[in-house]
Amino acid sequence: MLLLQCPWCGDRSEEEFACGGEGDIVRPLVPEELDDRAWGDYVFMRRNEKGIHFERWRHAHGCGRWFNVARSTVTHEILASYQVGDDRPELPE
Amino acid sequence: MRQAINRLAEGGRIDRTERLSFRFDDEIMYGHPGDTLASALLANGVRLVGRSFKYHRPRGLMAAGGEESNGLVRLRQGGRAEPNVRATEIVLFDGLVAESQNRWPSLRFDLGALNDRLSPLFPAGFYYKTFMWPANLWPSYEAVIRRMAGLGKAAKSGDPDRYEKKYAHCDVLVVGAGPAGLAAALWAGRTGARVILADEGTELGGALLGNGQQIDGRPGTAWVAGIEAELAKAANVRLLPRTTVGGYYDHNALTLLERVADHLSKPDQGQPRQRLWQVRAKQVVLATGALERPMVLANNDRPGVMGAGAVQTYINRYGVRPGRRAVLFTNNDSAYRVALDLAQAGVEVPAIVDLRAQAPLGWRAELDRFGIEVMADRAVLGVAGRNAVTGVQIGKLNAAGNGVVPGLARRIECDLLCLSGGWTPSLHLLSQSGARLRWDGTPGCFLPGEAHQAVRVVGAANGDFMLQDCLTLGAGAGKSAANDAGHQHRGRGPRKPVAAVEADPTPPRPIWSIPGPGRDGRKSGGKAFVDFQSDVTAADLRLAAREGYHSIEHVKRYTTVGMGTDQGRTSNINALGIVADALDVAIPQVGHTTFRPPFSPVTFGALAGGQTGPLLDPARRTPMHGWHQANGAVFEPVGQWHRPYYYPKAGEDMAAAVNRETLAARTSLGLMDATTLGKIDIRGPDAAEFLNRIYINGWKSLAVGGCRYGLMLGEDGMVFDDGVTARLAEDHFHMTTTTGNAAHVHDWLENWLQTEWPDLAVYCTSCTEQWAVAALCGPNARRLMASLCPGFDLSAEAFPHMTWQTVAIPGVLEGLEARIFRIGFTGELSFEINVPAGHGLALWEALMAAGEKYGITPFGTEAMHVLRAEVGFIIVGQETDGTTTPDDLGMGRMVSSKKDFLGKRSLSRSDTMRQDRPQLVGLLTDDPGHRVPEGAQLIAGNNPAPPQRGLGHVTSSYHSPNLDRTFALALLQGGRGRHGETIHIAYDGRAVPAQVTAPRFLDPGEAAK
Amino acid sequence: MWQTEGMAKYSIFALGRNALQRHRHWPRAWRSPAPRPSYDAIIVGGGGHGLATAYYLAKQHGMNNVAVLEKGWIGGGNTGRNTTIVRSNYLNPESAAIYDHALNLWEGLSQELNFNVMYSPRGVINLAHDHHEARELHRRIYANQLAGVDAEWVTPAQLSELCPILNLDPNMRYPILGGTLQRRGGVARHDAVAWGYARAADGLGVDIIQNCQVTGFTMRQGRIEGVQTSQGDIGAARVGVVAAGHSSVLATMAGLRLPLESHPLQALVSEPVKPIMPTVVMSNKVHGYMSQSDKGELVIGAGIDGYSSYAQRGSLPVIEETIRAVVELFPITSRLKMMRQWAGIVDICPDASPIISATPVAGLYFNCGWGTGGFKATPGSGHLFAHTLAKGEAHSLNAPFALERFYSGALVAEHGAAAVAH
Repeated sequence: MLLLQCPWCGDRSEEEFACGGEGDIVRPLVPEELDDRAWGDYVFMRRNEKGIHFERWRHAHGCGRWFNVARSTVTHEILASYQVGDDRPELPE
Repeated sequence: MRQAINRLAEGGRIDRTERLSFRFDDEIMYGHPGDTLASALLANGVRLVGRSFKYHRPRGLMAAGGEESNGLVRLRQGGRAEPNVRATEIVLFDGLVAESQNRWPSLRFDLGALNDRLSPLFPAGFYYKTFMWPANLWPSYEAVIRRMAGLGKAAKSGDPDRYEKKYAHCDVLVVGAGPAGLAAALWAGRTGARVILADEGTELGGALLGNGQQIDGRPGTAWVAGIEAELAKAANVRLLPRTTVGGYYDHNALTLLERVADHLSKPDQGQPRQRLWQVRAKQVVLATGALERPMVLANNDRPGVMGAGAVQTYINRYGVRPGRRAVLFTNNDSAYRVALDLAQAGVEVPAIVDLRAQAPLGWRAELDRFGIEVMADRAVLGVAGRNAVTGVQIGKLNAAGNGVVPGLARRIECDLLCLSGGWTPSLHLLSQSGARLRWDGTPGCFLPGEAHQAVRVVGAANGDFMLQDCLTLGAGAGKSAANDAGHQHRGRGPRKPVAAVEADPTPPRPIWSIPGPGRDGRKSGGKAFVDFQSDVTAADLRLAAREGYHSIEHVKRYTTVGMGTDQGRTSNINALGIVADALDVAIPQVGHTTFRPPFSPVTFGALAGGQTGPLLDPARRTPMHGWHQANGAVFEPVGQWHRPYYYPKAGEDMAAAVNRETLAARTSLGLMDATTLGKIDIRGPDAAEFLNRIYINGWKSLAVGGCRYGLMLGEDGMVFDDGVTARLAEDHFHMTTTTGNAAHVHDWLENWLQTEWPDLAVYCTSCTEQWAVAALCGPNARRLMASLCPGFDLSAEAFPHMTWQTVAIPGVLEGLEARIFRIGFTGELSFEINVPAGHGLALWEALMAAGEKYGITPFGTEAMHVLRAEVGFIIVGQETDGTTTPDDLGMGRMVSSKKDFLGKRSLSRSDTMRQDRPQLVGLLTDDPGHRVPEGAQLIAGNNPAPPQRGLGHVTSSYHSPNLDRTFALALLQGGRGRHGETIHIAYDGRAVPAQVTAPRFLDPGEAAK
Repeated sequence: MWQTEGMAKYSIFALGRNALQRHRHWPRAWRSPAPRPSYDAIIVGGGGHGLATAYYLAKQHGMNNVAVLEKGWIGGGNTGRNTTIVRSNYLNPESAAIYDHALNLWEGLSQELNFNVMYSPRGVINLAHDHHEARELHRRIYANQLAGVDAEWVTPAQLSELCPILNLDPNMRYPILGGTLQRRGGVARHDAVAWGYARAADGLGVDIIQNCQVTGFTMRQGRIEGVQTSQGDIGAARVGVVAAGHSSVLATMAGLRLPLESHPLQALVSEPVKPIMPTVVMSNKVHGYMSQSDKGELVIGAGIDGYSSYAQRGSLPVIEETIRAVVELFPITSRLKMMRQWAGIVDICPDASPIISATPVAGLYFNCGWGTGGFKATPGSGHLFAHTLAKGEAHSLNAPFALERFYSGALVAEHGAAAVAH
């Protein structure tokens, strides 16, 4: 059971959150200009990282805010939590 | 009646002044407070307590704690019956009833024991090699296997007891209240840290309760009492006896099962039976002790073969002598103290058989005093007796330990064989936490490796088997754990306890499997069990290795070793050793299987907790729910809501009621509770731009006061919700969603607003529960509204379709105004009246009263479905299924070409552009009275025989009293080009002809205006 | 039925004969060879699907110079971690066809492999708890009827016969309105499937190489030439990757991306009890599914954790949710106990359908994306993947399951309301 750090509310148990999957996927500004392949890549293809995964979570049963998490998908260790729009933090080695 | 023939006259922690009666199978016996069922059975001379899983061999108790693998019973009766309970963990209470398991017709005479005779045919994995011919007989073979397998019987009725969950945080969670755990809890607690100390026993003290060791010059139990008294007084320390820590999850979350009332015949009034704790600990100290391994030797499962440590516990803690004449067989020092305790309890002890060439010297004088012979460099090769031990055969092993030196055999009569095959630290929880274990060849066990969470291991679990080490290192761990959790000792810590001096141990001699008593050890002399509960023998493990099942996981799965309810607590290490020997590799190369939660089985009821029955998912109800109930509504679950399905009058079936409701709405006046529709308040200067990006159609042009229907898509281009949204002000919208999708839509909006378009100034607030909604429809709707809102201009010109207004409703809403929307879902003249939820019932009752003269008819969801389908309105989730585009629904023209919106790009992919996609059509069966089932398939010809590909399916199908016939909506490949064609509707082997029509059967026309 | 020289055939007679020899002469079920420098084809992943692929390559396509590379022990991934349900009653005709192909193979598999995989067609029931579910399940039944897949509706009265411990109280929170029954559906012994295919493939000359982790692909000019492994480089002109859970990791090594997320899928077993559960029951609304193993354990499938993970461990709330459902559906289980919980790592695919596909790298094929329900497809998946590898093009049954569908939009959506994708 993960202990997540909501940047707004502090440490809370996993059950209060919803995971939104891979973060940093930017919606194309002009989708009409994309070919089917590029659009399909955006909609469906995922990095699915084994290791440090940059992902989005929502404090669904709390403040309702989305935020970013850097988490190991191998050990589940959480290396960073930061607000939407913040740069990726430097991670400890 | 049985007498307690094995009860010692004095000693132990039982209260001999009180007698508790209990029944085991057909016999009534007596025990005392402080007994477990196991100790009471032993006291009464009961040896045979169960039958084994596969061979149905007679089995007796082997352990005194949770590692017991034979003494599983069915406890209690009726709805409280619980199978597979370890007799060693059942606290005796007056009136206890227990039954033996896995035997028929009786424990003493079990027909299943035939399996033992046929066992040469049943080696490990035998079922993979046979039962294949003839193929169609496997189910019959399987039925027999299934009946033979299984252990106890489940209850036949539901559970009358209640369970609870509790969530807690602490600085230090100490698991295990033996000497190391108590010292850790005391030192941590003295810092002021919040400490939880949990132990599975009824009393704190762990091994000290049964091993007679001394601390600070007095009995260990007295030291325990002193510590317990102090901890009990400390406000920052919570003591949880009868609580097993079973799961160690991520980020130091652990689960604890507290057996609140299992020591009573039934829970007291208002008391839960068990409580599942979920504890998030800053630091964890595992003082989980060690378990004694049996020796693997021929017939080591006979009743009367027990763990040496268990025997010691029965003597010292329970005042029970488990036999009259005992032989001990050991490869380490711990059995020596047991021999003395046995002798002091009056048990004859002819010999200690020690595998090691050099027996420890420290006990010599005391052993001599009791005349106990020490047979060093000898082994017990086999056990005589079937339903009880009658003697043991002793011999000398060769240097490698894999054969017997001939000519030195000796037999000793005895009724009790105490085995000590060494100690296995209990590292299940540590392993669950993600830590690695490392093999240490000297004690012959796995020890803690690198930890991945904030956890420390102390005491025997850490391989510290000397009491002084447990106390000193336990205290140190408690202190450092508290320090790491941010708490420091103020002043001096507690005085350090001092244990009685122990001699340095002589290293054990691990021999994983004792060769059989026959010549050269070739004749096995009987089955040598490794896993008693799963009936896995050393020969089974060797067979697996021989057949190429080399990974320890393969061995486990092929032989089932370690897969019983004890999860291999006593068998895992012996199995590893035997497999390593068979493969001729070192134990670390074989590795170990992964420990899975829970450490000890957890009741389903406790995992479910209080969230069962109506609380499984609390139903949502509208403010008018009571009225619906009082007026006979039949409800249906829609999402989490209960909605009126229809309102049958006396003598009406569903069809009649729905017909009546449908007709009333079209011909006069109907009223529906539409409160459950999702409602989201959307506000901010960029609200119109935001809706433009969310919906497929344009929103900037919508005037304040106007309403518009919108569709929203996922990025994959598929419809996922629809609804009418009204513009309340330039920067303010009221969005409605489908009932089941409200939360999902809100999440969707927030997702885009917060993560992709944070530059948009828009705020979304769910207000589903804030507004009660009565949907009024029918030709008389305006007349009724006029009587309710006198003086308000309700004309089509002043208050046209697809607009909304705030309106006062005198007598219903004093000082408040309703929001009335000129929208509807039936194609009739409609008003959706929104009032603050607290006024919903008053509004409803006012409408019903005022509408009486028009025969106002409340209608449920089914009539609503008929009404909307007659005019071709879709329901998302019924006419759509996640693969449906706006164009498929005939709403392609709604798609704005002037702007981008979510999912738009997906609409121009090759598959979404296909002309032969399933498209929404109407269907009229040739037989107007024939209502086809929803979900039925569409086919071109009239032959429904498989296999063939369908052309689509029926999404909605009803009888319409307004049309006086049945009709259906369907998704049909290329359907828009097929109007007028005849297709067939296939289901259950039938093919029903029907004509394809436009998906609209009644024209709302002017009526709705 | 086949027989290979040097390989002892399993039978009751063989069992009896070996019993007389104290079982000292059973041969190894499969060899443990060192890898050769190159093979005609390499299968990456020694789970059921990979082993089946190798078996059918050798058996049906005459390709015996084949290796299966397994990073751990065969069957140690999802093959050995699933809840063993076998059925084919999928909604879309493409799905029903591929799963029914597998079901047909299940029916003769023990005899085909000369290894009892204990396929037990005890029926699979999917419950409907509201009208919406009932409608969706009816749609599936009618679609299955047309596809030639056995499917029928069962009423609450029939359900009480089929599974007497089911809670049919009309006043329960989500009352059971009925369900679908596929009589040919059931369960099988998961480990035996891996072992049976391994033994049979080995008998046909396939090298099964355990503890051999693939660390990279050797490619030249867009063609696969071999794999790099923890046991050295191995050449092959054709490589099939069947490594559920780790598909994306291997794809990344080849410079590809897949539409997958790896999630823990959890399951648990109760302590063994005497038979109470004669069939398999699945519920989507009250989420959980349950059968009883031949050993007597209740085998219970839970959900997936909401976050991606490769850790083969899940969180307790997923288990709690499922146990609530189980106690609600089967009230007499309240006093039974969870003996063991675990997780497998599954490939979650956007349309809940598999990918059996060529890739932009010539000679490199992927079989992945089976989500939470791959076990049931094992024989069919192996059979079709072998065809795809041997012929260099998809079999008509797996053609709809190519990667291309994520660009054209022709998804095979199986996550619809009632099509429980387990």
